[in-house]
Amino acid sequence: MNTIEVIKNWIDKESEVLDLGCGDGEIINILSKEWGSRVLGVEINQDDINKCIHSGLNVIHQNIDEGLGNFSDNSFDVVIMSQTIQVLREPKKALQEVTRIGNESIVTIPNFGYWTTRINLLLSGKMPVTGTLPNTWHDTDNIHLCTIKDFENLCSECGINIREKCFFNKFGKESVLAKVVPNLFATTAMYKISK
Amino acid sequence: MSDSIGKVKAQKVTLKGKFELECGQSFNDIELVYETYGVLNADATNAILICHALSGNHHAAGKYENEEKPGWWDSLIGPGKAVDTNKFFVVCPNNIGGCHGSLGPNSINHDTGDYYGPDFPIITVRDWVNSQAKLSDLLGIEKWHAVMGGSLGGMQALEWSYLYPRRIKKAGIIAAAPKLSAQNIAFNEVARQAILNDPDFEGGRYLDKNKYPKQGLKLARMVGHITYLSEEAMRSKFGRELKKEKLNFGYDAEFEIESYLRYQGDVFSESFDANTYLLMTKILDYFDPASNFEGKLVSAFESIEAQLLVVSFSTDWRFAPERSKEIVNALIEAKKNVSYLEIDSPHGHDSFLFANEDYVKGLSAFLEN
Repeated sequence: MNTIEVIKNWIDKESEVLDLGCGDGEIINILSKEWGSRVLGVEINQDDINKCIHSGLNVIHQNIDEGLGNFSDNSFDVVIMSQTIQVLREPKKALQEVTRIGNESIVTIPNFGYWTTRINLLLSGKMPVTGTLPNTWHDTDNIHLCTIKDFENLCSECGINIREKCFFNKFGKESVLAKVVPNLFATTAMYKISK
Repeated sequence: MSDSIGKVKAQKVTLKGKFELECGQSFNDIELVYETYGVLNADATNAILICHALSGNHHAAGKYENEEKPGWWDSLIGPGKAVDTNKFFVVCPNNIGGCHGSLGPNSINHDTGDYYGPDFPIITVRDWVNSQAKLSDLLGIEKWHAVMGGSLGGMQALEWSYLYPRRIKKAGIIAAAPKLSAQNIAFNEVARQAILNDPDFEGGRYLDKNKYPKQGLKLARMVGHITYLSEEAMRSKFGRELKKEKLNFGYDAEFEIESYLRYQGDVFSESFDANTYLLMTKILDYFDPASNFEGKLVSAFESIEAQLLVVSFSTDWRFAPERSKEIVNALIEAKKNVSYLEIDSPHGHDSFLFANEDYVKGLSAFLEN
């Protein structure tokens, strides 16, 4: 399964979904059309916002780093934060906010512990530039990269429960290797979490 | 490609019958002037209502015969523009209380044979929206594809969304606020005092006495105009530039900004009615949809069915982005279909009049999705 199929598996039909850092609305568009979800996106990039509006999606122009206080506690069935936490100034606070706003949350992270990343750093002695992390260290939005272990530690530190997890290989699919030794062989990890 | 709508003409219509106002008074038969651009489709599903702001009128786009200056929203309305007249039938009325042809303080009161002047009742945003709904009936438009406007125009679009939820598919609420702040009201009060205290105001009966409170209206406009511009826009446009090479140690207009404000005030005072200006500021001050719901905006928005787009501008301090966010957050809480855009623009409150690229893209995506 790919990420969107797993997300569908993890959430009920017709749930109310908030997608923080929704980009051009790819996920919420599918959830809205195929899963009957009532969706709202939050995005900071103007072009992406216009793409969402063009697709008829509800989207709020907002900088997550400036706070999410405008969303009340448990106001959404599901809060999604996909490939976003690593670009935020305060990932820990964001994680707490995500679980405050959503009854359940789905967070996806790029895994910095992936084996090619490790080898890249080990052999070249430079910050890895890979397919999933294509920019150089000074030019990247990814200011808070972590490994699968790091993320799971942060969850437990914050008292956040991991209900489900799923690991994907570089093709965005689940694989045996990624499942067995995720911190080495998964490029992306997805978690279903709650307080 | 974007182009001008070309020559346009105003039309006039009479809304027959008794028209009850929120203040308790009523009118019999209301004359409204309006303009339309584009063509209404066979099932009347492509109509967009444009609501004007404080000093606006029905001339939103195109040009009149023998006039160079286009309508106030010509940057956004026309073939290929944000409000694309190749696709949409656009209607813009001059609101009741206006001074450009619709029933207003400078109209003759048929009961007395005199100008209404200061006897013109205080109108509200709700009264306007009700009159616009009657105009919709006459035009054969059961449901607007969109109702939109900037500033006070945005407040009308918002009022439409909860007052006539079934008659509006989309609402564009641009550079607006859910109610005026004390500071907003304070500026309006200064404008009113300038007019009311002009010796030529004559208690509002200046037309009967062949006088005109030009100085008062000019001052009112100068104060208002300051609030429409951003500090940044004023600095980059005028800075401390002098009209002449050096200071002349007097009270004539020496700095460019002084001369600009005086000029704007002069032009405005020649084309606008002082009683209408007073009325418009009052309409702004009174707008407060939450007031009927124990101050809860969320409750006021309960009936909304439309898809809403709220737009604010980074340097607008008259109705700052925070004010738009109040609307947005209440809509989110009320679980309504809302999108919000904060446009980076240097032009202050006036930004809503300019064809900023992001703004145009956002608006057309919203109108066409």
